[in-house]
Amino acid sequence: MNDMSTDGYTTADGRKIGGTLMEMKNITLSFGGVKAITDISFDIKEGEIRAIIGPNGAGKSSMLNVISGFYIPQQGEVWYQGAKRPQMRPYEVARQGIARTFQNIALFDGMSVLDNVMTGRLNHMTTGLFAQGLWKGKAEAEEVANREKAEKIIDFLEIQAIRKTPVARLPYGLKKRVELARALAAEPSLLLLDEPMAGMNVEEKEDMSRFILDVNDEFGTTIALIEHDMGVVMDLSDRVVVMDYGKKIGDGTPDEVRNNQDVIDAYLGVSHD
Amino acid sequence: MFYREAGDYKTSYQDDGQTFPIKFDRYRYYFVLFVAFAMVPFLINDYWVNAIFLPFLIYSIAAIGLNILVGYCGQVSLGTGGFMAVGAYACYKFMTGLDIWIGGVQYALPPINIFFSVILAGLVTAVVGVLFGLPSLRIKGFYLAVATLAAQFFLVWLFNKWSWAYNYSASGQINAPEREIFGVAITGPSTEAWATYLFCLVIAALCAIVARNLTRGASGRKWMAIRDMDIAAEIIGVNPLKAKLSAFAVSSFYIGIAGALFFAVYLGAVEVGEAFGIQKSFIVLFMVIIGGLGSIFGSFAGAAFLVLLPVLLKLMLADSTDEISGFSSAMSWVFLVAFAAAVVMLVINIIRTRSLIAGSGVGWIFASIAAFMAYALTIGGMGWPTDIVAHLQLVIVGALIIIFLIAEPHGLAQLWRVAKEKLRLWPFPH
Repeated sequence: MNDMSTDGYTTADGRKIGGTLMEMKNITLSFGGVKAITDISFDIKEGEIRAIIGPNGAGKSSMLNVISGFYIPQQGEVWYQGAKRPQMRPYEVARQGIARTFQNIALFDGMSVLDNVMTGRLNHMTTGLFAQGLWKGKAEAEEVANREKAEKIIDFLEIQAIRKTPVARLPYGLKKRVELARALAAEPSLLLLDEPMAGMNVEEKEDMSRFILDVNDEFGTTIALIEHDMGVVMDLSDRVVVMDYGKKIGDGTPDEVRNNQDVIDAYLGVSHD
Repeated sequence: MFYREAGDYKTSYQDDGQTFPIKFDRYRYYFVLFVAFAMVPFLINDYWVNAIFLPFLIYSIAAIGLNILVGYCGQVSLGTGGFMAVGAYACYKFMTGLDIWIGGVQYALPPINIFFSVILAGLVTAVVGVLFGLPSLRIKGFYLAVATLAAQFFLVWLFNKWSWAYNYSASGQINAPEREIFGVAITGPSTEAWATYLFCLVIAALCAIVARNLTRGASGRKWMAIRDMDIAAEIIGVNPLKAKLSAFAVSSFYIGIAGALFFAVYLGAVEVGEAFGIQKSFIVLFMVIIGGLGSIFGSFAGAAFLVLLPVLLKLMLADSTDEISGFSSAMSWVFLVAFAAAVVMLVINIIRTRSLIAGSGVGWIFASIAAFMAYALTIGGMGWPTDIVAHLQLVIVGALIIIFLIAEPHGLAQLWRVAKEKLRLWPFPH
């Protein structure tokens, strides 16, 4: 595990970033003949905000799905918290402390906001069926303790007023926030955000950016996010991976990436002559 | 005004998470319990118990069970009848002394107390339910419904053919022998109305409370997460295998208890194809749909509705106190015409507005039905032929299922919720 002890660094705004939390090594993923990801390696360090960007179809969401266990790469290794991760089902990945949100919201429509956030606590609730049926005692104590944790997240994301509302009734921007709340309620060590600001107006984007920074700041959560809004990405993230056609074409601080010729070519197009 | 939450402040999460957070609801619930436990047993006779209370309580348990599976966990099942049969036969074996043949020698347990027989029957059914729930890990929706349908037919076939299950009786039937609790007969021919009623009531109440506790806590959220979006459920750490199978287990446990009570306490003698055929699966499913998917109260409401409907129709339409007078039959024509007119109005309105709800004549239909019911009950029955009434019952149940699926998929429970919302302000507009 020598290669996992890569040292941390200090960001431009003075935050200390720790050692490597997750490392992707030579990941290759294909669907039949289509190669979604080709031989990509990158790492995510403890406490940083890591962005994955790239044009449409670059394989960013596939990458997130590999991390969260939905896709199993044909080649490559996923290292997490200093150990090679064996093949896992998504729920096992979740139990390792990785939470995520989805590009198109995946909330539980039949449940209230509070219940949705409480589902994020399920991994921390261990009472058996029998005790739950009795309720009084262990199950109730556990419910109350986890409710307190969930309420903290609800306060943090300022959704107190809607906690009893069924999520199906909420507007888009709030749904995104509830989804973030559900992911945070799990107290993840790594939070994956798939386009957290897609389809939002400027104000909503500002709110969401503030929440992401606050989460990172207050809980020290490591965040990996996919986002298309370059302004947001460059402002928020500490380091950026750039993908194009399933390959990694750039990796570094926002400034480095911004001046990378390959990246500029991928985004602006290049004349083939 | 009649239903208020004003001034009812919660100061702990414990208070906020209780089953009836609003005082009014809570007192009404205590009142219902009081009536059910302390008053009804003194008022009922054999007719009321056998026609209404026993089937209502037993079907409620089955409906709660199916609701956990279909309403909370989103897994469709048409195997209810088969699982009830498992409960009935398991209960029969336990209450008559379970026997095992090993190497040609018969070993038999002593007969088990009826209460524990019923609970054990539930546990056996839970195991069987889990076995037949295994396909749910791979298939969903209609395909799962067909797979559970296979369970239904297989189990009925099994209990027809497997003579061990009915203690090798010549008729192939099972008959509940007399069994007592605290010296009071619960099963068998010489039971008293209040005893069987109280026995079923206690079990139904326990079942409902446990179901409520399960569904408001972590298990319920797991089930609902699987129902609403299984991929997202998995990503937050719900093991779909465990969640689905636990829903099948709990659901089958309830249905098994219902089957055991249906056989031992209610019918007393059972022939499996007749008592636990496919129609039983559908009746319980209809109860869940009409009552309200994902609601414990809805399970009771749906069971009450489908148990009361035939009784009510019989009272209204078939029975008649004396010879049908010319006036009464004329009145029935008047109501029929009013009802037909209301239906025509509704159809015209739907076509005109291209909407099921806007400005339709639903109110008129309800009004004409209500008027007819009131009239029929006051004169003590219309005296129609019983076969017409029986067919009419099928028509009404079918129509109601269609109406509920279109207009109110969450069933009677949702109507009740809406009514409560309205009552909060009524009679003031704001």
